[in-house]
Amino acid sequence: MISKSQQQTTDVSVGEPIETDAVIIGAGPVGLFAVFELGLVDIKAHVVDILDKPGGQCAELYPEKPIYDIPAFPEISGQELTDNLLAQIKPFEPTFHFQQRVDALQKLPDGRFQLTTDIGQVFITKVVVIAAGGGSFTPKKPPYPGIADYEGRSVFYAVRQREQFRGKDILIVGGGDSALDWVLNLQPIARSMKLLHRRENFRAAPDSVNKMRALVEAGKMEFHLGQITALHGENGQLTGVTARHGKGPEFEIACDTLLPFFGLTMKLGPIAEWGLNLHENLIPVDTEKFETSIPGIYAIGDINTYPGKLKLILSGFHEAALMAHSAHRVVHPDKTLRFQYTTSSSSLQKKLGVKAS
Amino acid sequence: MPKITFIEFNGTEHVVEGEVGQTLMEVAVKHSIPGIEAECGGACACATCHVYVDEAWLEKTGTPKDTEEDMLDFAFDVRDNSRLSCQIKVTEELDGLVVRLPEKQY
Ligand SMILES: Cc1cc2nc3c(=O)[nH]c(=O)nc-3n(C[C@H](O)[C@H](O)[C@H](O)COP(=O)(O)OP(=O)(O)OC[C@H]3O[C@@H](n4cnc5c(N)ncnc54)[C@H](O)[C@@H]3O)c2cc1C
Ligand code: FES
Repeated sequence: MISKSQQQTTDVSVGEPIETDAVIIGAGPVGLFAVFELGLVDIKAHVVDILDKPGGQCAELYPEKPIYDIPAFPEISGQELTDNLLAQIKPFEPTFHFQQRVDALQKLPDGRFQLTTDIGQVFITKVVVIAAGGGSFTPKKPPYPGIADYEGRSVFYAVRQREQFRGKDILIVGGGDSALDWVLNLQPIARSMKLLHRRENFRAAPDSVNKMRALVEAGKMEFHLGQITALHGENGQLTGVTARHGKGPEFEIACDTLLPFFGLTMKLGPIAEWGLNLHENLIPVDTEKFETSIPGIYAIGDINTYPGKLKLILSGFHEAALMAHSAHRVVHPDKTLRFQYTTSSSSLQKKLGVKAS
Repeated sequence: MPKITFIEFNGTEHVVEGEVGQTLMEVAVKHSIPGIEAECGGACACATCHVYVDEAWLEKTGTPKDTEEDMLDFAFDVRDNSRLSCQIKVTEELDGLVVRLPEKQY
């Protein structure tokens, strides 16, 4: 696995509007397999996910846990499944856009769709595949009174522009990989770095914990045991926090920037506003094409609902295959699609980059 | 069957019967106790089944394993008596158990 600090040093930035055949919203297992099925029918895809990595729930919630019901894999972990899917879709060269949430979806007069992400990236596409699972992964907010007043100004739940934190007095809270990776990543550019965690043990990788402890030894940062009980500051600008460990005495920590990392939870988010007649936060689709109430917009995987729906990875894979065949008619209306096997079709094998035997 | 009391953050009490072998989370979900989300279905991967065990019962419910402690780091307003209810198995010994729910799960 690539560690977050290596991956995240590239800042997220907005480019020119992108015109494409298909945009897949969500890089979970089902979104990833959709790249494969679309690729087989000559549809290139861009994939957008709010996470900083592919794999959706499998990579974010249970990378190490075994899954036992993936056909032909008696046992495979969430991360292995993700890695295998990435290897399988490689020939189709999808373009990933991570750390961006698709916020707006509009139909254009020419029948195509315009998607806009939270940072303003625009996509113009012939088909939209919503593979949004349980919704966008959103940071959990800690229970500090008045925290909302500071959000976006001196409290941040993610780092998108590392430079923004240069010269700051940073307090990071948490004991997971995100917390530790950002401690190590931002410490060199911060004016001061402090870490607060509720216990001596960390869930983060031992290597990161050792590096953090070495920085503390060297006097380059501080580590405090405890939990925040109050925030101090005014007009959205934090000046410090009060913290406490168990029943011990309260103490103050000065800081002008607070980064709490308490994991992520899935929130449906903007999809609710796209006019797709949601039913209990799920998108109703037909079971022939997995199309939504708007032709050209498909929904596959955990996000959709239809009679008999099972929220299983294998069901999502099946849905991706049928979706792709329907999307072919939208993207390549002049071409007829022949049903072919990857085992025997030389044209499919050419697309996959394998040598015909 | 062991009786379990769930007390919502607003004070509402729910006294329900659990089955030996079920997890506390499963008991809560079966009786639709508001405030237990259990997004991951008991895989110790979401921390949305967080409860506070009544001080009198801490000894009988035992202490969390490392994997549970790791996940508790991601729970909302963690205290000394915090547990993930999907990691507590109902036994005859737990007849009368009282747990309180946090203000929210995340
Ligand atoms: C602990 C656990 C164990 C499980 N075990 C099994 C099992 O054994 N077998 C099985 O078949 N299934 C299992 N599942 C369920 C399985 O993980 C899901 O069915 C699967 O992940 C669904 O895939 P998906 O691609 O539809 O969605 P997800 O994996 O939820 O991915 C959706 C992605 O879309 C992104 N997204 C959503 N909205 C937006 C937006 N607007 N903009 C940008 N990105 C967005 C999200 O950030 C997310 O990364 C398990 C789940 C959990 C939590
Ligand atoms: S149900 Fe997810 S951690 Fe208990």
